Amino acid sequence: MTDSVRKTVRDNLKKRYRAERYFRWFGVISVGFGLLCLVALFGDIFSKGIGAFRQTAVELEVFFDPDVLGVSASAEEAKIRTANFDGLYKAVLRERFPEVTTRGDRRVLYRLLSTEAAFDLQALSMANPDLIGQTRKIWLLADDDVDMYFKYGRSGEQVGRLSEAQQAWAEQLIAQGAVKTRFNTGLFTNGDSRDPEIAGVKGAVLGSLFTLMVTFLISFPVGVAAAIYLEEFAPKNKLTDFIEVNINNLAAVPSIIFGLLGLAVFINYFGVPRSVPLVGGLVLSLMTLPTVIISSRASITAVPPSIREAALGIGASKVQVVLHHVLPLAMPGMLTGAIIGMARALGETAPLLMIGMVAFIIDPPSGVLDPATVLPVQIYLWADSAERAFTERTSAAIMVLLVFLIVMNGLAVWLRSRLETRW
Amino acid sequence: MKRVICSVVLAASVVSTPGIAGARDYISVVGSSTVYPFSTVVAERFGRVTDFRSPKVESTGSGGGFKLFCAGVGENTPDITNASRAIKGSEIELCASNGVAEVEQVLVGYDGIVMANAIDAPVFELSLKDVFLALAKQVPDTSGKLVDNPNSTWADVNASLPAIRIEVLGPPPTSGTRDAFVELAMEGGAKMVDSLANLRAANAGDETVAIMSTLGLSASIAQAFENSKGKAPTGADIFVQIAHAIREDGAYIEAGENDNLIVQKLAANPNALGIFGFSFLEENADKVKGASIDGRVPTFEAISASEYPVSRPLYFYVKKAHMGTIPGIQEYVDEFLRDAASGDEGYLVDRGLIPVPLGESRVEAVK
Repeated sequence: MTDSVRKTVRDNLKKRYRAERYFRWFGVISVGFGLLCLVALFGDIFSKGIGAFRQTAVELEVFFDPDVLGVSASAEEAKIRTANFDGLYKAVLRERFPEVTTRGDRRVLYRLLSTEAAFDLQALSMANPDLIGQTRKIWLLADDDVDMYFKYGRSGEQVGRLSEAQQAWAEQLIAQGAVKTRFNTGLFTNGDSRDPEIAGVKGAVLGSLFTLMVTFLISFPVGVAAAIYLEEFAPKNKLTDFIEVNINNLAAVPSIIFGLLGLAVFINYFGVPRSVPLVGGLVLSLMTLPTVIISSRASITAVPPSIREAALGIGASKVQVVLHHVLPLAMPGMLTGAIIGMARALGETAPLLMIGMVAFIIDPPSGVLDPATVLPVQIYLWADSAERAFTERTSAAIMVLLVFLIVMNGLAVWLRSRLETRW
Repeated sequence: MKRVICSVVLAASVVSTPGIAGARDYISVVGSSTVYPFSTVVAERFGRVTDFRSPKVESTGSGGGFKLFCAGVGENTPDITNASRAIKGSEIELCASNGVAEVEQVLVGYDGIVMANAIDAPVFELSLKDVFLALAKQVPDTSGKLVDNPNSTWADVNASLPAIRIEVLGPPPTSGTRDAFVELAMEGGAKMVDSLANLRAANAGDETVAIMSTLGLSASIAQAFENSKGKAPTGADIFVQIAHAIREDGAYIEAGENDNLIVQKLAANPNALGIFGFSFLEENADKVKGASIDGRVPTFEAISASEYPVSRPLYFYVKKAHMGTIPGIQEYVDEFLRDAASGDEGYLVDRGLIPVPLGESRVEAVK
């Protein structure tokens, strides 16, 4: 009798252990799968994007020929600014490859250098007019096709667009050690461009910052005020229940709808200009408001009632209780919620489509009323461009966006651990 | 805690400093995604070589561009809209009803639409008729009646083509490229089918009804047209309906507006063909190759000389009323029309634009 019971228990136990083991394995496999996907995604982005942080440059002997430029060293600044620097870098290339004589071949030859070369030479001459008439060895920015060829084409990873003649010229320069890659500062200091070699994320980063600033300044105070009222002052009745249900629903509304609302209300009714961070921030703050309210309410409820009662007990008014005790204690949680809401807003493109922030804008914005795009839009625009070199820039921009997100989430974690009081 | 509040206040003061919105001092351009790559290059040059601010360019599609452009006169409406087709009568009316009276049309150049496949895939030599028979929703069967497209491989369409499954990646109906493809390639191909060509030539009334019945089309189609347009359809009206209908059984795959994505998919799938603009073929010449259509390979020269059959003009439209108030519009137009930009050897040509032949007039008022 007892033996059979023991046997049943033993068998049963084995089964239960097995089930437990399976369950654990299943958990490990799920986590492993998630990690694998993440590693694959990051690995892909990093391997594609890392190249964009290096930029190919070509060293050429530049004779700042006053005849080509049409100005002398003693000319005024305005004259130097408008001198023929376009002609200068072309003359330099002709000098370097004297065997290229026909007009068509020369056009192809000029495409070894970026059109930016002219502006670099201009900047050098403006800074030091004495250069005119002298000869210097200068590293000039290579064209994006040369860049692709030097970075990937030679090892056979990619067949680029460089013609055979151009490849021969490039090889000649490479053999003389006149081609190198250098850190791509332009990626961080330039605005958008249609030439991949000079396109940068500065405009998009500033646009994102201005937009998020507006979002924060609107959604945080309004969200916190709404949360405090609903939590501490509002009577519990059907109306407040109705409002609560609606706030929760609003958090789940697809973001494009806020874009349509923004177009109708802010742009068409209030006449806020299109494509500026102000209107982008307004739209995104509508979107993050429910998140801020919900997280703020949660952190207000987390403040122990004993603190409120103690304050009331020594004669504080309701407003004093809230402002002196509840709000400071709930603030870390509120800020964390707000930052997480903002991190979501940072990745949004859909609502911005409706209000004209998906646009090609070259000059980085200097305020909330200048036209601007944001980082995810920049990524979208580059992914859509035909030039091959934009592929690696797209991945590089994704890396910048990820850094942005990690910093914001890091800030949220830091605030929580630094300011949070534990009971 | 105080520090956090301080920083918030500081941030607030930064936001409030850049003054109140003055008059807009940059050009606002909207419109076609096909003209966008050219428009942005010009905008960039313009911002660099002149003292004006760089224009803002949005890609909204041709139709979307006209909607914004024709919304009225004033700072909050765009100054220029790009289009991969000419302005429609209904859009001119919309403009006029919102007070946008004087509009100038500028011909930018031409664009070819190519059908391409992976570089190592079989060579396709198509005719417009092949394209129509492969992609139309309904095609005539041996008895001359219209049936749902039965062709599943290219060899079914034309015995000289490879026997691989028809799989074409193309733009969705919202795209100007799709509009142009349907108008130029599908209509062009349908005209090559005798029974459909007869239908196209038929007058409204009995003649059309007779041809429709030989094609096996029910009279309700004509009735539906009459109900919506208020007049009996001519043969050409019915023809357009048939020619513009692309099959929906999976042989034509809508691949979104992103042409780069189509190129990537083609490189991965040697059996598929893709439909996109010539500039993308040129940029990715090491990955994909264009199919010849009616014996013409899509090359720069063939499109420029209008020999390649699937090519279309690109335009932009300028709101004359803004010329005094927004600085730089005339200069932007001049930059676009300069030989160094859209001439035979201009920088736009390097980007895949097919230039307008010399001597052709490029600027005219819209009436």
